Amino acid sequence: MKKLIIATLAFAASPLAAQNQDLGEPIGEGQEVETIEEEEGLTGSVSFEGNLDDLGIAIPAFATDRNAPTPANANGTEALGLELARVITSDLRNNGLFKPTGPDSLPKPSFANITAPVWSTWGVRGAEMLVHGYVRARSDDRLTVGCYLYDMALQQRLVAEGWVVAPADWRRAAHKCADLVYSRLTGESPFFDSRIAYIAETGPKDNRTKRLAIMDSDGANHRFITTGRSTALTPRYSPDYKKLVYLSYVDGNPRIYVYDIGTGKQTLVTQSENPTFAPRWSPDGRWILYSMAVGGNTDIYRVSAQGGRSERLTDAPGIDIGGSYSPDGRSIVFESDRSGAQQCYVMNSDGSNQRRISFGGSRCATPEWSPRGDQIAFTNSSSFNVSVMTPSGGNVRTLTRGWQDEAPTWAPNGRIIQFFRTERNTGKTSLWQVDLTGENERSLPTPVDASDPAWGPILP
Amino acid sequence: MNTRFATAMIMTSALALAACQKKAPEEIPPPPVDNTTPTPTPTTTAPGVGSMEHFLQAVGQANSIVYFDTDQYNIDAEDSAKLQRQAQYFNQYPSVTFTIEGHADERGTREYNLALGERRANSAKNYLVSLGIPASRIRTISYGKERPVALGSNESAWAQNRRAATVTIN
Repeated sequence: MKKLIIATLAFAASPLAAQNQDLGEPIGEGQEVETIEEEEGLTGSVSFEGNLDDLGIAIPAFATDRNAPTPANANGTEALGLELARVITSDLRNNGLFKPTGPDSLPKPSFANITAPVWSTWGVRGAEMLVHGYVRARSDDRLTVGCYLYDMALQQRLVAEGWVVAPADWRRAAHKCADLVYSRLTGESPFFDSRIAYIAETGPKDNRTKRLAIMDSDGANHRFITTGRSTALTPRYSPDYKKLVYLSYVDGNPRIYVYDIGTGKQTLVTQSENPTFAPRWSPDGRWILYSMAVGGNTDIYRVSAQGGRSERLTDAPGIDIGGSYSPDGRSIVFESDRSGAQQCYVMNSDGSNQRRISFGGSRCATPEWSPRGDQIAFTNSSSFNVSVMTPSGGNVRTLTRGWQDEAPTWAPNGRIIQFFRTERNTGKTSLWQVDLTGENERSLPTPVDASDPAWGPILP
Repeated sequence: MNTRFATAMIMTSALALAACQKKAPEEIPPPPVDNTTPTPTPTTTAPGVGSMEHFLQAVGQANSIVYFDTDQYNIDAEDSAKLQRQAQYFNQYPSVTFTIEGHADERGTREYNLALGERRANSAKNYLVSLGIPASRIRTISYGKERPVALGSNESAWAQNRRAATVTIN
């Protein structure tokens, strides 16, 4: 009998111990990246006039002044220079941008040639553009990385920039170089130097483990934030990347928490016994939207990111949920079934002037305003495809054709949409992305199954 | 404190007992009871009042779960008969507190389904309250589409997953 009691005690104690203990080790905040001016600044205009998909870009290894030891690479800055060029090549290739040729099939330029390319070496390789760069270890352990884009036909530099990064952030320098090349050649805003929060899934369909996880935009630097003891869902990065809001069942109920990445601590978004869902940040990071069910009726609320009193924004009978701010912070697009089925509505950020924008005959769910402001992505929850429309509900275009695609999230520049796809019967989930044009659909590799992607802005 | 441990122990043995029973469900699969270790547990203890086993024995397994049509949350005639049976039990044992778990099928977006599950749980709760069960005894929780009982991707599986299940806390 005594034995039994002890066993029961242990059984009873473990769920209590699990409470508020779903967080793994804090991961700490990243460091700032300092941008340095490369001499001469911007010059030249692009000579290439064909389809950008056909634009050949040679990306040889980055050079170094001397092979110095660095915490970023066991073999020193020379090996790191090769890795930098590989990351840039993968960024462009994986996103279907241009025709990049990476460092593994190219000769290595010398340090002196970075600012004075040997045109004859590259001219025979059929590339229209040439990326050169260097990496140098500083006395303070940080790295200086320079990035140069040359037009082969003009034999002219198009753009150059440099960054000082902590050794742990060396990949960010590569992403910044890829962003520089992409922006210079397309005229679009950058997007590679950014991160994604999502939910990592494992286990059988009726007992899935769902963990909060983060990674760089290319899947590198992957980290789990929660241990998986309790279900985590629907994360969103704060615009400054210092916090994450997400839903957790850690106390047994679905509630929104604000997780501080620097301290590893988390707090409830609101002190209430009611369940809270669907958290979102305002673009300036000052507000958090969340949805709360009271007596089964769900409405949207907003609260200052500093805490304090919540303000109710919707009061229609039915489910009002989600919400995504326009880039100027003045409007919010949200989902409501007040008409009888899920549809998308726009309101002013104080809740006034609520009006329906989706009338296509299909359902509209999880609307997300593009960072450019010109489009709203949403889940067509009749056919379970990801679609886009204008902010007034016009020009609806379906971008995906999976069995069940949902929860779109925008690249920082509003040109690419990520979402998650659920497989029929197995319930397996994976992250995908597609261009705004509907082209270049591809899956994003993740260590385990994945859902609820949330793409953050360009890193500060 | 001791009573609590004793109750927990009774619950544990009751669960093991439940695993031995092979009642044919009328229309639905059994609730997700752990039946991986069907070792016969010798016991003379009857299920304690308010335990899940006691509740299921009294009202019948089929009456412990109500089902909903796609996107719906209304209590129809069949649901109301089940909830009346539940209300009889909870009137008879006024110290028993319980949770109503609201669920949705997989054919919905995640966040909407969380809200829908909460709405379904509250429909069942409100009906029980209308039958005289104090709201203070009823907790609701939504699992959205996160905890399906039927694993297929077809109408029959989805119908089984759109549910509000009553689970006793004692």
